Amino acid sequence: MSNSHFVRTQILPAQKPPVGQTGVIKWMRENLFSSWFNTILTFIGLWAVYALISSSAPWFLNGVWTASSVDECRAIIAASAGEGASGACWAMINERWHQFMFGFFDREEYWRPLLAFALLFVALSPVLYFNLRRPTMIMTGGAGAVLVVLLWAVGTDGWHLSLAAAVMAALAVLAWVAPKQLLWATLAFPATAFFLLWGGSVWAPIGVMAGFGIAVLVWRGLQGLIGVTPAAAVAAFAACVWWGFLQTYVTTVLAQALPYFSLPAEDSDRFGGFLLSFVIGVSAISASLPIGILLALGRRSDMFLIKTLSVGFIEFVRGVPLITMLFTASLLLQYFLPPQTNFDLILRVIILVSLFASAYIAEVIRGGLAALPRGQQEAADSLGLDYWQAQRLIIMPQALKVAIPGIVSSFIGLFKDTTLVALVGLADPLQGITKVVKADIAWKAAYWEPFIFVGAIFFIFCFSMSRYSMYLEQKLKTDHR
Amino acid sequence: MANAAKMQVTDEVAIQITAMNKWYGQFHVLRDINMTVNRGERIVVCGPSGSGKSTLIRCINRLEEHQAGTIIVDGTELTSDLKNIDKVRSEVGMVFQHFNLFPHLTILENLTLAPIWVRKTPKREAEETAMYFLEKVKIPEQALKYPGQLSGGQQQRVAIARSLCMKPRIMLFDEPTSALDPEMIKEVLDTMISLAEDGMTMICVTHEMGFAQAVANRVVFMDQGQIVEQNEPKEFFANPKSDRTKLFLSQILGH
Amino acid sequence: MAMVSDAPKGNFRLSMLVYDTRYRSITIQVIVLGLFIAFVAWLLMNLQANLAAKDKDISYNFLFNRAGYDIDQQLIPYTNDSTHGRALFVGLFNTLAVSIAACFAATLIGVTAGVLRLSKNWIVGRLMTVYVEVFRNVPLLLWILLAFSIFAQVMPEPKDFKVTQEMVDQGLAPPSQKIFFDSIAITNRGTNVPAPILDRPLGSFSVLDVPINLSVLAAIAVIWGSFWVNSRIRASAKAIQEDTGIRPVTWWKSLLVLIVPITALLFALGFHWEIPAFAADENGVSKGFNFVGGISLAHSFTALFLALSIYHGTYITEAVRGGILAISRGQTEAAYALGMRPNRTMNLIILPQALRVIVPPLISQYLNITKNSTLGMAISYLDLKGTLGGITLNQTGRELECMLLMMLIYLILSLTISVGMNIFNNSVKLKER
Repeated sequence: MSNSHFVRTQILPAQKPPVGQTGVIKWMRENLFSSWFNTILTFIGLWAVYALISSSAPWFLNGVWTASSVDECRAIIAASAGEGASGACWAMINERWHQFMFGFFDREEYWRPLLAFALLFVALSPVLYFNLRRPTMIMTGGAGAVLVVLLWAVGTDGWHLSLAAAVMAALAVLAWVAPKQLLWATLAFPATAFFLLWGGSVWAPIGVMAGFGIAVLVWRGLQGLIGVTPAAAVAAFAACVWWGFLQTYVTTVLAQALPYFSLPAEDSDRFGGFLLSFVIGVSAISASLPIGILLALGRRSDMFLIKTLSVGFIEFVRGVPLITMLFTASLLLQYFLPPQTNFDLILRVIILVSLFASAYIAEVIRGGLAALPRGQQEAADSLGLDYWQAQRLIIMPQALKVAIPGIVSSFIGLFKDTTLVALVGLADPLQGITKVVKADIAWKAAYWEPFIFVGAIFFIFCFSMSRYSMYLEQKLKTDHR
Repeated sequence: MANAAKMQVTDEVAIQITAMNKWYGQFHVLRDINMTVNRGERIVVCGPSGSGKSTLIRCINRLEEHQAGTIIVDGTELTSDLKNIDKVRSEVGMVFQHFNLFPHLTILENLTLAPIWVRKTPKREAEETAMYFLEKVKIPEQALKYPGQLSGGQQQRVAIARSLCMKPRIMLFDEPTSALDPEMIKEVLDTMISLAEDGMTMICVTHEMGFAQAVANRVVFMDQGQIVEQNEPKEFFANPKSDRTKLFLSQILGH
Repeated sequence: MAMVSDAPKGNFRLSMLVYDTRYRSITIQVIVLGLFIAFVAWLLMNLQANLAAKDKDISYNFLFNRAGYDIDQQLIPYTNDSTHGRALFVGLFNTLAVSIAACFAATLIGVTAGVLRLSKNWIVGRLMTVYVEVFRNVPLLLWILLAFSIFAQVMPEPKDFKVTQEMVDQGLAPPSQKIFFDSIAITNRGTNVPAPILDRPLGSFSVLDVPINLSVLAAIAVIWGSFWVNSRIRASAKAIQEDTGIRPVTWWKSLLVLIVPITALLFALGFHWEIPAFAADENGVSKGFNFVGGISLAHSFTALFLALSIYHGTYITEAVRGGILAISRGQTEAAYALGMRPNRTMNLIILPQALRVIVPPLISQYLNITKNSTLGMAISYLDLKGTLGGITLNQTGRELECMLLMMLIYLILSLTISVGMNIFNNSVKLKER
């Protein structure tokens, strides 16, 4: 055979592909004009892009940023772009953006929600990055830097600006020196945020947190003596006794003795706009996480009763629309609580939304649990860990890691759904605040600007979160390989 | 045991590759490939990973497009003409590393699908052929199961039978044993050897050097997208000429 | 009890209830059951106390009282003299109407966009990505309100469609025109679409006050029959293919069987479209204030329908794309290597597998569409939430009864859909070792 022996002595160098096989021409041929059908699609696509841009661009470009009413906007547009030209009246946003963002919060107190927002990222950083020094530090520092810029932008006075900057700087140093200790900031976040947002005496939120502290202490002390589960029951009982009978008394005494630490109280009905959306979204998701974990474990339990209760709750909640839950909060909850109990609508909404979210979170976590190899549970058993130790040390850390993208998606969904609270009369950014702003005769005729402004902000938050969760998902895939 | 009469190589050319080049974007994957395969010949292609061996055999049934040079299979030149591609693909069978059985169809349906829809064979006839080849790969009893219910080795044998049902004149094997557990490699190699004994023209990308020594007429060693050395197996293993070949052989044989 | 007797009595100690795996789970369940019963009892006691304090009781008798309010979109006969119970059903049918319509449209949009998003065409792929990201990352409520605003603010008034004497004299057209072959008029009051009219209908009868139209029944029967015959044709084609290997050409038979009978029936019944138009005198000058004829769709319906379909269409797009991408490249290559053409590979190999992946998220989107149709409340669409959970609730003050009944109905709807999904999943599950 002619070619059965062959040895190449000289290795051929790589060559450039022949002309026509690379570059713009080839790219266009492959991606735009590979067949007649594709060519038609390309032209339809180009036409769609052109139609979109040509119809909306003038409106955006003619936009007016400073004016005192829609009529003035129109006059300015008519003067600059000619009679009959249309344009956006961004002046409305320019004048009223603070209501879209903060509702009816005192303008001097804007530093409080902003600081709480920055602290949220500090609280998240040890959870998301598992106590790694560098990313935790970057996230804390970054949140601090952005906070300072935002505070300056909303015109905060120098004293509060430096206070907030000092707090963030201290946390950034803590993240650098001892990233593990940052977890305490995470644990303290609910009370801190509550104090910053609602104001009043610092002792009330501290009192609530003290209940958890008491529970942990009691549990630690007793678990060696009477076992883990009974100790947990006693601890829960002790905490309930504290919250139910002692807390009010102790905090009142403390508030009278040390009346220094307090902020001007802000009523719930001053909450509105994106502030409200974030308060509801973040508190509902954080509250729903522990409930969701318990429900997910319950659903996987061998015990018939516990499994039935969990499945029943999850399927019920997932079967009804969120609106019915909101109306339950506004209309029904009062029937099922002791007579004369009356508390804030926002709090009621948060409770019901948390229950709603917990069913969805439970399903996400169940997915995470299902993704774990069976061997993990068996390995934990073989090491002699009891059920709760195994869940806490082996199963949950892995399952939660897998579930984070799903949790982020749930949060995106919930964040978008916070606009529904307008239907029970709260001032969400979309309907509630828009109504308030348009009640002013000057802005009555602005139809599209609020939609575009609110929509753009939702888009920025949701899009970046969804990209982040996609990134996490990708990272998980490579980590597990 | 080897059926020497049938294993004769004829002078008829089955595949003729001339000055073939291929690029992925700017990356030059296959460089100036020249190769002639005669009918009845059994060729083993080996080389380090990323050397272009899989790409080469995927070019032969146009799963990959080449950009320069010619490939003529059974007298049909591979161009972008769909008719030629159809003709070549129905003549050339291919077995993949990951089997690629259709998981939603039973084994029997996997085997009869292409004969029925491409060859227009009546169903009963297609099923008879399928059973014949299933017996040949020694798993007729699995005919009504689904691929997911079979072991890796069984799945790969089904994949071989699936290709054979199209009565191909040339078979391409793309690392058929590298996704298998060691105890299953033998059953697949046995199937391939019996195929060779029947006189099938085969091009096989594999690292099974025992198989190469037992069955191949020729071993082709590739590196950096080019054919570095080819020779009869005895010569190739005993007397490698090129330094790259020596290095490669020492790595896979010399533990 | 049976389990306790299994253990030797002499060895039983109280601590075994906690530490012995045989009793432990029973102990825990008994405690949980106790807590659960206590919790429910606490809720019920509160309920009783609250009802007593407000001097209320629980009763569903209001469902048989006169409702006294109007509903502008009604699929079953309803007047303000009808009962609250009937209003409930009008609302339920409105929920179903908008949900089913939106499910269809969202599927259509989603499948098209999903396939286009995978296409090799760069510009179309990018456009579809933009569509998905923009609509999915903005609250649904915004799209509903925006669609409603566009209809109510941008669309012309009915009078803009009128032809005046001046226009006839000077040969001018009115400022606004109907779209889609001069058949649909979108005004700021509503969307006027053509109505299907039968000159020689078969009549109707009533069951429980709900009219059943014989002509519609006949049409359904004929269409069903056509599909049955078509399936026979396909089966026989398959048999011939199995026998001879060659599949006879059947598309023209199928076309004939599917089109001719229903066309004949419609012709016999005297079917035609009634196009909405202004009444006009002999010169062509319009009279009256609004369109006559056709069906006027309320903007609340159209806006809710559009927003639901476009918003949920994005999720279906992603499901379709994900489903097709989930099928490994190896499946296509194996089919190509066996000599199959791309179209056939799609039909025989990719789609049957992709459907298993696509259908579950698709059905969960149907569930979401049904639940999200309650957002129509924001634009006063009178669905179940609008009637039972809205006006009825406010008029009767029966918050508890209305909310519970409404939740129950939504729960039944959702569970029906999930049961359907589970049946599907089990029937197409891939067999594994």
